[in-house]
Amino acid sequence: MLSHIENLRRRAIFLITIVAALALPTIAHAQLKVDVTGGNIEPLPIAVPDFIPGDAQAQKVAVDIAAVIAQDLERSGLFAPIDKSAFLSQPAGLAVRPNFVNWKPLNAQALIVGEAKLTADGQLSTDFRLWDVFAEQPMTGLSLTTSLSNWRRVAHLIADAIYERITGERGYFDTRIVYISETGPAEKKIKRLSIMDQDGANHRFLSNGDALVLTPRFSPTQQEITYLAYFNNQPRVYLFNIDTGEQEVLGDFPGMTFAPRFSPDGNQVIMSLAENGNSDINVMDLRTRQVRRLTTHPSIDTSPSYSPDGRQIVFESDRGGSQQLYVMNADGSNQHRISFKAGGRYGTPVWSPRGDLIAFTKIQSGLFHIGVMRPDGSGERLLAKGFLVESPTWAPNGRVLMFFKQNKSDAKGNGRNSRLYSIDLTGQNEREIITPVEASDPAWSPASSR
Amino acid sequence: MRINLPVVVAAAFLLAACSSASDEGADAGSDGTSTTPPPISDTNVAPVQPVGAAPGSQLDLEINVGDRVLFGFDQSTLTSTGRTQVERWADWLEVNQQNKLLIEGHADERGTREYNLALGERRANAAREYLVSLGVAPNRLRTISFGKERPAIPGSSENAYAQNRRAVAVLDAVTN
Repeated sequence: MLSHIENLRRRAIFLITIVAALALPTIAHAQLKVDVTGGNIEPLPIAVPDFIPGDAQAQKVAVDIAAVIAQDLERSGLFAPIDKSAFLSQPAGLAVRPNFVNWKPLNAQALIVGEAKLTADGQLSTDFRLWDVFAEQPMTGLSLTTSLSNWRRVAHLIADAIYERITGERGYFDTRIVYISETGPAEKKIKRLSIMDQDGANHRFLSNGDALVLTPRFSPTQQEITYLAYFNNQPRVYLFNIDTGEQEVLGDFPGMTFAPRFSPDGNQVIMSLAENGNSDINVMDLRTRQVRRLTTHPSIDTSPSYSPDGRQIVFESDRGGSQQLYVMNADGSNQHRISFKAGGRYGTPVWSPRGDLIAFTKIQSGLFHIGVMRPDGSGERLLAKGFLVESPTWAPNGRVLMFFKQNKSDAKGNGRNSRLYSIDLTGQNEREIITPVEASDPAWSPASSR
Repeated sequence: MRINLPVVVAAAFLLAACSSASDEGADAGSDGTSTTPPPISDTNVAPVQPVGAAPGSQLDLEINVGDRVLFGFDQSTLTSTGRTQVERWADWLEVNQQNKLLIEGHADERGTREYNLALGERRANAAREYLVSLGVAPNRLRTISFGKERPAIPGSSENAYAQNRRAVAVLDAVTN
């Protein structure tokens, strides 16, 4: 189990002080913009020099913060950080206007100038400015003070601010991923609940692999995970508190409970309950523990996911003869099918945090796909495909998806290599998220509260 | 958190052993249910009962009765071969009145995780319901679904998939 202290530290000490968003002139800075909705995006060249250390102690972290910012921006596919060895000069300081003639020849469209220092009580204090090089205008800035151990979060928050300022979309770098680590042979895979930052850093195992665990999902507050575990050889939905490491089974049902997800307000968990071989969707109120049954069909009804306003639920059912997507109202009324394309089976629907799209897994012609469609079933687009791709999860800004991918395995079960990937909603920029061992069932955290 | 793993681990080992046996066996059948006992590699002392396969034991179930039924792709209806196998379980439970069965439902890897959990549940329940219809007391039967998590045969081949779409009877050691 995870260290409680470590978690509490992570949560409690991160009292970040956001001093100023700067009083910037609002004129003439509108040129620099990346339109994320386009197809093949040319990444924006950006210069991310090492932060200027305010003292000798801050020298390492000043370099590390810049590196993490550059990595975040690069991985988004929207930015192309310029090789540091090409720089003609280093920024002199926050108070000094950059010498733009040294950055224009590199075609740097944007320049980040930052400072990092350690305060007397050991706190990390950072400040940065984002400059539009060709307009020679400041675009945004941020002062952050926190414990030195949180330096990666500082870097992610700065990357978020840059991403937001230039794309107009909310950043997603200060987020985490909960997923399942996989080791061992195919017939008896050892699966462990695992958590990491969205870039793979700060990786931790949250369970020891004794019990089979599947399909973890974050609560809206990030404090809890709901998932399926086979403790005592009984597959049941559990609630796991990341801060305390404590967990509890949700409800006392005679049969398997599975496919859990939180409601957007965090007060309910929706899940499937199997009874006499039949799986139906139920919702449990976490305060009263009352359970309401939402589907009563003698078919498989599972993988429910709420719309972000909590008014509708998308789920999968084979009531029409094959696995398809359906939408219903949150009270179970008005159940109607939304996936109709011939020859495909659809599963694992997940409603976008923006509400505009539903991501899904589609099985067609012997291949698996990750795709999106509108909540009325129109506008289907397939983004990724493979022998097995499954389990899409949305970045909190609704612009990026993560999923897992497996290859065919040979007769000994080798070659499967289950791994996590992210992909832009445009279908561009597919990237592996590096994990220590094989991985599946990723779930992206909601946006952190700032 | 209490963890009771031994049952699962034991089952997985036994399944693996049995699977390779049925691979070599003459009868994989159209739906693959193996009713041919695998070759007994043990001694000439006890030619009828292999060592360890005491009547009413897990090994007895696997070797002399047959411990699994197979299903078609995305199917959870028992085939005629499957029904015959389940009838053998009913007979065995009739003889071994103290025994209870845990019926595991499984799926191949060509489906999504949660759907396969539901499908495995259906398969296990198909066997359970037939046992009940044959007169087995419901309180002697439990079901569990593993979806695609515990294949009997590794690999991405049609043969492996056919062997993995299954319900497996396991002597139920858990008493509640």
